[in-house]
Amino acid sequence: MKAKIIARNVRKSFAGTEVLMGIDLTVHEGEVVCIIGPSGSGKSTLLRCLNRLEDVTSGEIIIDDHSITQEKANLNKMRENIGMVFQSFNLFSHLTVRKNITLAPVDLKKLTREEAEIKAVHLLERVGLLDKIDAYPHELSGGQKQRVAIARSLAMSPDVMLFDEPTSALDPEMIGEVLQVMKQLASEGMTMVVVTHEMGFAKDVADRVIFMSDGQIVEEGTPQELFTHPREQRTQEFLRCVL
Amino acid sequence: MNFSRTLQESGLLLLQGLQVTVIVSIVSIIFGTIIGFFTSLLSISKSRILRFISGVYIWVIRGTPMIVQAFIVYFGVPQVMQLMDPGFRISADVAGVITLSLNAGAYISEIFRGGINAVDKGQIEAARSLGLSASRTMLKVVLPQAIKISIPSMVNQFIIAVKDTSILSVIGLADLVNKAKVYVGKSYQFFATYILVAVYYLVVISILMAISKRVEKKFQYEGKDNRP
Repeated sequence: MKAKIIARNVRKSFAGTEVLMGIDLTVHEGEVVCIIGPSGSGKSTLLRCLNRLEDVTSGEIIIDDHSITQEKANLNKMRENIGMVFQSFNLFSHLTVRKNITLAPVDLKKLTREEAEIKAVHLLERVGLLDKIDAYPHELSGGQKQRVAIARSLAMSPDVMLFDEPTSALDPEMIGEVLQVMKQLASEGMTMVVVTHEMGFAKDVADRVIFMSDGQIVEEGTPQELFTHPREQRTQEFLRCVL
Repeated sequence: MNFSRTLQESGLLLLQGLQVTVIVSIVSIIFGTIIGFFTSLLSISKSRILRFISGVYIWVIRGTPMIVQAFIVYFGVPQVMQLMDPGFRISADVAGVITLSLNAGAYISEIFRGGINAVDKGQIEAARSLGLSASRTMLKVVLPQAIKISIPSMVNQFIIAVKDTSILSVIGLADLVNKAKVYVGKSYQFFATYILVAVYYLVVISILMAISKRVEKKFQYEGKDNRP
């Protein structure tokens, strides 16, 4: 399988505090990788480095054979192919659902307005929210917002999707509907990197689970390996707390 | 102290003044908003020089009384300009509009800057993660929301601008206050005349507030952030 994302010895410091201490990670095409670990372990920071919402302090990140950590990397072009879903949804609050979804493809001339509108309808059908196409974000529930946010990312036809704790801000009864959409996406072969606290989702959907703690990858493996036979003590302690 | 007599005698005179007040206010609010908008963009730009320019402008305007600014524009600037062009003249109307526009512009730029900074950072990250450039993000995502946030403070600034036209009477702008002074000078009807002037201001500002209410309503659907 072809390597989609390669991170080599990635380090990141915020004001002298090292949050990522040399991360090596390869994500293959079509792979679903879940990153778990305690808060403050650097999972979200690592994810945000992958599309350079955060600049790395040192190390290299390569996506589709292009280094994105170089000075002259075309970040905007790179980001068009990497969707990102945030914990806090971040739907454009001044725009309807329709405009939220069509804004980027039309503005970046990836699609004509007509094509984008058709695509928006398809995507909303897929996430089960076609009836909300003309609603504003504040009229939606958390789960609906997050499903729209996923549709918005998909409108750019990305070949990688990054999820930054997509269900952490949701009420329990809404988590399922978002995970369902993500599961469907995974089954269609999307390359996904998911930072999550949903161990059930990681078990069911992930091809590989990565446990991070204190800015390092402590252990990684298939869900079976990691959840049933964790080797490292820190992994065992963490899993005892959350399972 | 006769209201109906004052109204009859001074009505036309005061209405002429009111007209000048309204026109100078509207023109200055328009220019002030344009100046304020671009100054706010300078003040958030990456270039230190541009930030410095906007900083100095805002510092000078906020740190000096408008009456002094009006004197500089109306009396000071022509004196310097006449060294180069002896025929240089500036009318009280033009000097008034320049002063008030520059004055309002500085305050409006601070309002816009506050509005831009108040837009949730997540909105910017979402737009950038979709591949939008920084400038497209500004135009399509940040500014529309910043303007909405700024509207109430902007209206307040517009009201101040209308009332500040009265200060411009000191450089001879034929505004409402100036006309009232002229009328009072010959009729001695202080109470009736100035009450009438106050009523005129109230009417103008009430209309302005009514318009802004409607504008705010129009923006209503946009509001409310989308954080959990």
